[in-house]
Amino acid sequence: MSTFQPRPAGLVATFLATTRRDLLLALKRPSDVLNPLAFFAMVCTLFPLAVGPSREQLAFSGPGVLWVAALLATLLSLNSLFVADLEDGSLEQLLLSPQPLPLLVLGKVFAHWLTNGVPLVLVSPLLAISYQMPGNVIGVLMLTLFLGTIILSLLGGIGAALTVGLHRGSALLSLLVLPLAMPVLILGPNSVSLAAGNELYSPGLWALAAYAVGALSLAPFVAAAALRITNE
Amino acid sequence: MWNYLYRLFHRFASPPHVYRLAGRLSPWLAVPGLILILAGTWKGLFVAPTDYQQGDAFRIIYVHVPSAYLSQMAYMIMATAGGIGLIWRMKLAHAVAASAAPLGAGFAFLTLATGAIWGKPMWGTWFEWADPRMMSALVLLFLYFGYMALRSAIDDTAKADKASAVLALVGVVNVFIVRYSVEWWSSLHQGQTILAEGGPRMSEGMLAPLLMNLLGFTLLFGGWLLRRVRTEVLFRERRTGWVRKMVSADGAHA
Repeated sequence: MSTFQPRPAGLVATFLATTRRDLLLALKRPSDVLNPLAFFAMVCTLFPLAVGPSREQLAFSGPGVLWVAALLATLLSLNSLFVADLEDGSLEQLLLSPQPLPLLVLGKVFAHWLTNGVPLVLVSPLLAISYQMPGNVIGVLMLTLFLGTIILSLLGGIGAALTVGLHRGSALLSLLVLPLAMPVLILGPNSVSLAAGNELYSPGLWALAAYAVGALSLAPFVAAAALRITNE
Repeated sequence: MWNYLYRLFHRFASPPHVYRLAGRLSPWLAVPGLILILAGTWKGLFVAPTDYQQGDAFRIIYVHVPSAYLSQMAYMIMATAGGIGLIWRMKLAHAVAASAAPLGAGFAFLTLATGAIWGKPMWGTWFEWADPRMMSALVLLFLYFGYMALRSAIDDTAKADKASAVLALVGVVNVFIVRYSVEWWSSLHQGQTILAEGGPRMSEGMLAPLLMNLLGFTLLFGGWLLRRVRTEVLFRERRTGWVRKMVSADGAHA
């Protein structure tokens, strides 16, 4: 075993290595990334079919529909955050590693955000155009989704850590994460609607940013504690 | 002082002791609670003056306010007990948290139901999505559901205890965030009434039954919680000697 390292790698290197590993895994299984995206687009397509194609109504309900669809798509992808690692045993290695577990969790969550949150943000303008959203409002939508998906990935990390290894994990995960995600869903679409009405929307954005920073600094520790509990 | 606390802690960590204590205390809380509720409700429904704006509809306050306050109180008990259980590894704290959850969920539901019944004639709507208090009450109910679902999904009791305690603690933060994220939408609810500056802004005839019911509901909740804790302790300790001995002694009597 010549690969044995006497000294553990630095924090940044550890974080990047964890993220890189998950990104590589996502690259090998692109369906994990593409399915939630397709689901997102599909749900957004379903709404005009169900509520009718009137332009005013679409413009009115657009921010909310896009946001709910993004939330559901994120939930869909969250289930696999730790499950694959549990199945192939690498989760145990993460738990036994000399590196701080919150950092490893943060690395995994970051990879999840890169493979699920960012694509959602990038695809959202296409769907927003079909919902008659003007250009400057689309910018606000992308900004709120950018901040919101960070929060959702972090909160989802807690939920996924609490439910990893349970048989009925998927529905339970939604039940746990959705109440926690409600502030995001209040602030996000509301800011977009305000922007569409040419009103002051920045307070909502600041509140979202504050929530994102708070979640970024606390959620990895909570998720790590939850992982230790569910895998002891 | 420290020594005394230390001993107290250990006594409360002993299941048989808590089982007996809860059994002895429970009726002393529940019976006065019930009497207070009966008296308070009677006074509230028949003696208190009619509100000049709301007519008789305001009388639902005598159920609505105590249950709203208890739904939050139960959550705080649940989260605090969960935290104590996590930090000091006290199993009984987890038993308290587990017992508080269904009670809290019941009160949260009662809050929403009475609020809707009250809201319909007063505000013309069963539910107002832009109201911070209603939103936080609803989220509270969902958090209770998630908490109980997580508990029942994990078979190992010790694991379920700790995992659900983490969830309860995260939920505390969330309830506040929901509250303030809706705050900047206009609110239908009135401001502080009882604890307002310069004394209560409510006539004495109306206030007295409310205070009676608040105290009564709290006492009844306490008694009820203790009964549930007793059952929970008994179930958790079902394989231990003292429970077997007690059960077989009871069997000999019957």
